[in-house]
Amino acid sequence: MAATTQQFGIMAEFETPADVMHAAEQVRDAGYRRWDVYSPYPIHGMDDAMGLKNSKVGYIAFGGGITGFFSGMLMIWWMNSFDYPIVIGGKPMFSPFGAFPPSYELTILLGAFGSLFGMLFLNRLPKWYHPLLKHPRFKGASHDKYYIVIECTDPRYTEKETRALLEKTGSKHIEMVED
Amino acid sequence: MSDSAIPAAIKVQAPPIELEREALVENQRSIGWISDRVAAIVEGKAPLWWWAAFIPSVTALGMLGFLLFYQITVGVGVWGNQHPVMWGWDIINFVWWIGIGHAGTLISAILFLLRQKWRTAVNRAAEAMTIFAVMCAGIYPGLHVGRVWFDWYLFPIPNSNIIWPQFRSPLMWDVFAVSTYFTVSVLFWYMGLIPDLAVMRDRAKTKIRKFFYGLFSLGWTGANRHWSNYEKAYLILAGLSTPLVLSVHSIVSLDFAVSQLPGWHTTIFPPYFVAGAVFSGFGMVLTLLIPLRSMCKLEDIITIRHIDLMCKVTLATGTIVGYAYIMELFIAWYGGNPYERYAFLNRIAGPYAWGYWIMMCCNVIVPQLFWIKWCRTNLIFVFIMSILVNVGMWFERFVIIVISLHREFLPGNWGYFSPTWVDVCTYLGTFGLFFTMFLLFLKFVPMIAISEVKGVTPQADPHHPLGGAKGGHH
Repeated sequence: MAATTQQFGIMAEFETPADVMHAAEQVRDAGYRRWDVYSPYPIHGMDDAMGLKNSKVGYIAFGGGITGFFSGMLMIWWMNSFDYPIVIGGKPMFSPFGAFPPSYELTILLGAFGSLFGMLFLNRLPKWYHPLLKHPRFKGASHDKYYIVIECTDPRYTEKETRALLEKTGSKHIEMVED
Repeated sequence: MSDSAIPAAIKVQAPPIELEREALVENQRSIGWISDRVAAIVEGKAPLWWWAAFIPSVTALGMLGFLLFYQITVGVGVWGNQHPVMWGWDIINFVWWIGIGHAGTLISAILFLLRQKWRTAVNRAAEAMTIFAVMCAGIYPGLHVGRVWFDWYLFPIPNSNIIWPQFRSPLMWDVFAVSTYFTVSVLFWYMGLIPDLAVMRDRAKTKIRKFFYGLFSLGWTGANRHWSNYEKAYLILAGLSTPLVLSVHSIVSLDFAVSQLPGWHTTIFPPYFVAGAVFSGFGMVLTLLIPLRSMCKLEDIITIRHIDLMCKVTLATGTIVGYAYIMELFIAWYGGNPYERYAFLNRIAGPYAWGYWIMMCCNVIVPQLFWIKWCRTNLIFVFIMSILVNVGMWFERFVIIVISLHREFLPGNWGYFSPTWVDVCTYLGTFGLFFTMFLLFLKFVPMIAISEVKGVTPQADPHHPLGGAKGGHH
């Protein structure tokens, strides 16, 4: 029904990590915001080249770890010392030392959940539909090619100027990607 | 030494040739080659050796299923466990399997924090090994309770008299340690797999493959904004797994050390168990990877240098284990407790002395051969040594459990333990489970961390000439 095809963005292909990194620096300096670099592995130094801030995953993982530790301590205190206390081997009803190992494990467990699911949440994954994944040439992004994609929704985007910028960065192959 | 004498193009001087490290991927393979090579193992038809290994493994797995059914319906009496040896092969094999798992986490977490880039070639397979070894281990505590329908007593759920499990027992700590270990190992493994499943999705030709690799890769695109969060999350998971792996075998050792039994009641147990676990785990990694690297044609990715380095880790941990054995003997003598002294004399010269000496040969003498470079780089030799390591580590648990239990304080409590055919066949059956899972892993999932290996090649470094860096820049 929707006969007109919307454009998702403009894609530029690069052959080496150094090329894509210098190109990313230029796109950053031109002030674009809705754009990304796509590569088969994380490129060392690309966060600076793109002007990205430090990832926030750490806060989520830290929150998970804290929750795990205190819920472990609280659970053991509540079960063995409050809800149904039983004397076993003359030991105290609750001791932070005896309760420590399970709480320690729960710290790690919930911290790990926080880091994996926090990463997925910040990346808005899972997302099984993406315009780039339909594009036949984009398969190189998981193989041995590097791409910069500037989205049409970027406030600075104009087809002519953006294309000119990407051409200036030295990309050998530039094309539009449909949404 | 004027600066102008050096032409601009070579201002960044390469390290002297003797300091240049050997390449992690040999023969200057390109980045594309890495995904082609690794994906080919999954994409091609299963080779003959795969079926030759898979069919006996599935048969052994079937045997395991039958024996578990037999043991559950008849009772733990089918095992050799008899008074006074109430922990027999069940707990030996539990500790043995869980120890094997430790190398996977060590490679994926501790070596990551230590920036040991060579780990990328072996971490995926080692992590898979961890998960499957913990699965094998998990069978035993669940079954040795006898009435498996009461296994839910292990969980923090009130029993039928609304009494809670009591957390003063190390056995409860163990439940939390092992279940956390399994869960976090799976998370870590899966997280590493996401970009590689995206590689498989982009290469997939059939509808089924496209669907399943697409589903499990969660729509990964390789965007740098994603990589940024991903790398941070990976670092945190490595940071969390490091104290985890050290705690798991420490807590397993507390199952013994918190009791009063001579031979168990020692403070050296936690570090000694952790070192032994890593030692046996590296033994198993070597046992698995030496044949695999040639059968899957991965010689350029898992190089002789990798084998050499893993032998060095085996040597280091084996030496710690040897030190712990000698320290145990020293403290038994120096501590002056007659029961403790007897327990160790009984190990050395008692009815099970053969088990003690097998342990000493395999765990103390064998790893010392790895001081010699030839021993670390001759593949057949390393393969045989790696099996001996795990024989030795099995006997270590046998020595700790059976020899300590069979003669305790009163001679009225003395006995001799022999396993039954059910013990032996259940143990063989766990190998069936382990190898079935491992072979399925080889068949469906990239066994090398493709994106991580790509990341450690010079072509991937934007500041390296092979990565396209122009001379003089940076």
